[in-house]
Amino acid sequence: MSKARPEVGLFVTCLVDLFRPGVGFAAVALLERAGCAVTVPRNQTCCGQPAYNGGDRANATAIAKQVVEAFEKFDYVVAPSGSCAGMIAKHYPQLFAGDPAMAARAGDLAGRTHELISFLVDIRGMDALDVKFDATATYHDACSGLRELGVKAQPRALLERIEGLRLVELPGAEMCCGFGGAFCVKYPDISNKMVANKTRDIAATGAELVLAGDLGCLMNIAGKLAREGSPVRVRHIAEVLAGMAGQPAIGEGRR
Amino acid sequence: MESTSRNFNANVRAALANDALQSALGKIESGFVANRANAAARLPEFDALRDQARDIKDHILDNLDFYLEAFEARVLESGGQVHWASSAADARAAILDICRSVDARTVTKGKSMIAEEIGLNDFLEENGIEPVETDLGEYIIQLRKEPPSHIIAPAIHLVKEQIEEAFRGAHEGMFDSGRSLEEPRALLEEARAVLRQRFLDADVGITGANFLIAATGSTVIVTNEGNGDLTQTLPKIHIVIASLEKVVPTLEDTSTLLRVLARSATGQEFTSYTTFSNGPRRNGDPDGPEQFHVVLLDNGRSEMLGGPVRDVLRCIRCGACMNHCPVYGAVGGHSYGWVYPGPIGAVLTPTLLGLDEGRHLPNASTFCGRCESVCPVRIPLLSLMRHHREQAFEDKLSPAAERTGLGVWAFFARHPALYRFATGLAMRALAWAGRKQGRFSTLPFAGGWTAHRDLPAPQGDTFQRQWSARGGRRR
Repeated sequence: MSKARPEVGLFVTCLVDLFRPGVGFAAVALLERAGCAVTVPRNQTCCGQPAYNGGDRANATAIAKQVVEAFEKFDYVVAPSGSCAGMIAKHYPQLFAGDPAMAARAGDLAGRTHELISFLVDIRGMDALDVKFDATATYHDACSGLRELGVKAQPRALLERIEGLRLVELPGAEMCCGFGGAFCVKYPDISNKMVANKTRDIAATGAELVLAGDLGCLMNIAGKLAREGSPVRVRHIAEVLAGMAGQPAIGEGRR
Repeated sequence: MESTSRNFNANVRAALANDALQSALGKIESGFVANRANAAARLPEFDALRDQARDIKDHILDNLDFYLEAFEARVLESGGQVHWASSAADARAAILDICRSVDARTVTKGKSMIAEEIGLNDFLEENGIEPVETDLGEYIIQLRKEPPSHIIAPAIHLVKEQIEEAFRGAHEGMFDSGRSLEEPRALLEEARAVLRQRFLDADVGITGANFLIAATGSTVIVTNEGNGDLTQTLPKIHIVIASLEKVVPTLEDTSTLLRVLARSATGQEFTSYTTFSNGPRRNGDPDGPEQFHVVLLDNGRSEMLGGPVRDVLRCIRCGACMNHCPVYGAVGGHSYGWVYPGPIGAVLTPTLLGLDEGRHLPNASTFCGRCESVCPVRIPLLSLMRHHREQAFEDKLSPAAERTGLGVWAFFARHPALYRFATGLAMRALAWAGRKQGRFSTLPFAGGWTAHRDLPAPQGDTFQRQWSARGGRRR
């Protein structure tokens, strides 16, 4: 797409919409800085993963159709989540296996759907940020972004451009945090063991801030750190990159 | 073996409370996982080899009957016998007949997951034949009367103090009671000393097979202890028990699969022993069994071949999926309740035992995808687990509350205007309630979450409401 100012449809994601709108505004700011015109289609709720991963294919397909219809007119679909972007980019086409017309539309949309940070770096060539943020941070690689979409180097490349930010690698950064959508409430004891491993690794880095690109993982990690009484703060990477890290961190009360 | 898969949640609670198990599981990342990563990194063509391995297995599955018949013909030519067993009971009966034909009293066994699948040890014991496991890990768990917790490292759930305890109990009177079993080496030497006589006494040796080669009629086992070689060469009779999908066309294909198998399993370039067996002892051979039998087990495989989980038949049983699985790493293999643990078990158990029994296994996954990313034959484990979830949903096997919740959520998700209205109200209320703390330590209907962690409160109005209020671009 060679347009100077591409039209981007922002797929907000249900968790950002409901729990952390600040991430949505950070995504808008970053996309605009990357030269995109951002629209937020009204008719979006969720990517359908709860149904898809819960075995409810009929509802997953209906929700996917709704997303395709709401977003197919844009040049790109961008989501501040590797999980939701991965759902649209990697799974939607398979949902319409028995419907060639919809499968083609979903396949077309899939090719234009991106996770926010990798979109900024890989598609828009963003390599500079005029942002200062004084903190020692570590970064967790959320599973779907990492393994379905290859999001690994891009967030680190941008974080390195932030003045004052010291990035410490997280041991086991690629290990699942135990969120897994409904998994964390269906199998809470296993999920707890996994997130406790994650907070143990986070503590070992000595970082004061944990970043990631998926709000589900972040809420899980933040909730566990809070329960453990840890002072480590948790934010979506977009908040920091957009210079919007002044708001209370995830799970933190208003100051 | 009796399945406890339906009691998965109870198994999990016990596993999480078992300190020895947790300590043992903690070593998988620095062992198997790190070794596999190093082995893969040392071989630039490793990913290309994985593609080849997948293609070989797909070709086999497309032509399974052809290669099985070819394999049978070669075995017969070399003087061996082939027994086709459509069920576990058929396989057990065939093995018992062979054992009875020589009045066998003891049987040595190399490591075999198929023997576990058909519950062979218990069956032999019930029929007055003593099975002796000769793989060190299998020997340990046989002493402890428990099933393997891993397909290549059956005793990985144990710490060495537990092994010492098992040896002191089982070997009482055989060694000086004041001996030191502190070092793993000492445990190994003691097992060797005990097993040496068992090898010599055995009437029949039973091994599994990693591969059955159609072109040559060879059966192949890979081990790191050499116990398999003694099991199959010393007794008068060697029985190989293997499932249908183990057949491979040629030696060349076998070598490709061996290259990905060892690296994926233990991070070795090659296992210490890779043993090819062809028929019984021939005139002039210095050693080898007088009879060579291959029991070919179907037990649901031919049905799987034409169904939605066909790709799981590509599995070469390396164990990489469980080594890399964070759920397996948290709860260990016994939690899965049946022969095959980890992601491969989450696909196989519901297929072989039914969803009613195995429903939890494919559900107890975050779909993190680490298993798929290391599978040497690129089995789409997540899609196959999702298939089981879809079947369970269709059959209404999940709890009613779960299905109702999903249904209510989906209704709102499919009606965006209603969704915006309802979530707008709910989030404002929740944000107000959590405004001071910024999080909840308890919340009605959120016990699954708040049992172990706080729930971050919403920031305030939903993004959708704020965007509208700011007059942001809409469509």
